[in-house]
This record gives sequence, structure tokens and C-alpha cells, in this order.
Amino acid sequence: MKEENLRVFLSSIVKYFAHTSDPSVNVGAPYLVDEIKDACKDYTGLISISGDYNGVCYFSAPAVLLRHLILSVGETDTSESMMLDAVGEVANTLSGNARKELGKGFEISAPHITKGLPTMETEGEGNRIYAIPIQWKSYKAMLGISLH
Amino acid sequence: MHRLMIVDDSKLIRQRIAREYDADTFELIGTAENGADAIDLFEQSSPDVVTMDLTMPKLDGIDCIEQLISRDPSTKILVISALNDTSIGIEALEKGAMGFITKPFSGADLKAALKEIIDD
Repeated sequence: MKEENLRVFLSSIVKYFAHTSDPSVNVGAPYLVDEIKDACKDYTGLISISGDYNGVCYFSAPAVLLRHLILSVGETDTSESMMLDAVGEVANTLSGNARKELGKGFEISAPHITKGLPTMETEGEGNRIYAIPIQWKSYKAMLGISLH
Repeated sequence: MHRLMIVDDSKLIRQRIAREYDADTFELIGTAENGADAIDLFEQSSPDVVTMDLTMPKLDGIDCIEQLISRDPSTKILVISALNDTSIGIEALEKGAMGFITKPFSGADLKAALKEIIDD
């Protein structure tokens, strides 16, 4: 994966949070981790990438961020099922928006959503993950991308 | 009054659309979380306006559009998807959709896009 491809994901994060009640989101410098568990919060929505690219894109967030995010779009149901739904929808939106630059060969799956550590692994050795720290309000989330 | 059906695998998005549409113009007849359920609901309830996600399990949005239009070519379909590239938008329009907005969207974006497809 080329580092310049990361820019489109950074733009997607800013665009996503611009549509919430608090558009000020801080996106940190990406860094490399070996495994998803190294950059993972309470809930994770993971998208499998296929086509011209292979890999994963995931959004991982603490429960409190998801509750606040759900409330910020006017929804009052902050049950666990809704938090799982929300983390999957954010992952879907951030990865789907990346097609603007990566093209139609960047094919995304429906989200795999988990509480705790995702069971899906990135394929093959040497496929490290770019972890992009996100701070929205006082909460810290993570966008992970591994493409090859 | 237009009969509206919402199709999206995210409950959060389904409820968001259900809260944001113009209730003076649309009556919500039901929601579906995948393309296969949308076909069943369409046959039972005959909506004339549909909001359609694209990336869904079981039957994706592009195939679902094709099936809905084959059943009733006058159906007005607004695609609401995170897939932000022109080729998928063109494919959806070629299958019979009449509009396309990308996620994330505002309530004003949704109202304007729905108005545009019913005025078309």
C-alpha cells in the first residue's frame, strides 16, 4: 500500500465527523502495527477489501464514543446492537468513500462487526496495518488499513 | 402522498432516514435490511419511492434495483451509499435508479434528493 493512499482515508474521517453534532475531529499521524489487536477498542467494524486490492479496513471505537455518536445523529437507542450497527456503518462509510480515489477496483464487503477483538486476521506475513488515531470530543478511536 | 420504502443494512441509517424525510409528502410503508427482504416488502406493499443502499448482504443494491424496476418500471429509486465513485452511480442509474447521494448525508441532502426524484 502506498502511503499517499492514506490521504483519502484521512479525508473520509474528516468528512464523516463533519456530519455529526461536533465536526471538530482530530486525526493523528498514521503508524504501523503488526496485528489488529495492537490498535483496537471496544467495538470494531471490519470491511474486507477485494478486487484490485486485498486486505481490510476497520474502524474501532470505545462504547462511549459510539453512544455519543448515536445520540448526536438524533437516535435515542444506544443499546449494544445499535452500537454494533453504528461501528459497522462508520467502517462502511469511511471505506466506501475511499473509492473516490482508489476507484471501482476497491471493492468492499458488508461490515463484519464485533465486540472485543475481531476474529478476522490480516492475510499473510508482512501485511502490516496502518493505524490512524482519531479523537472526537474526548474519545479516542482508530481506523486501521491493511492493503496489498 | 408517496409511499416510501427504506432499504439499508444499518438500523441506524434506516431510522435516520425515517426521521428525516418530509412527512407531508411521504408515507413510510416499511423498511428492509437487505435486497432480498426489499423484494418481498415491495411485492407486499407496492411503494412508489425507494431509498436504496448498495453494499448489503444477501442481495446487493444494484441487483435489487434491477429486480424492483423489472416489477414496476415507474418506481423512483434514490441510492444512498457510502460508495463514492462515479462508475457505481452510473451503473445504478443505468439499472433504473433516479438519484444518488453519498453517505454521510445531511437531512437537507436527503429531503432535496427525494424531492428531486419525485419532481422528475
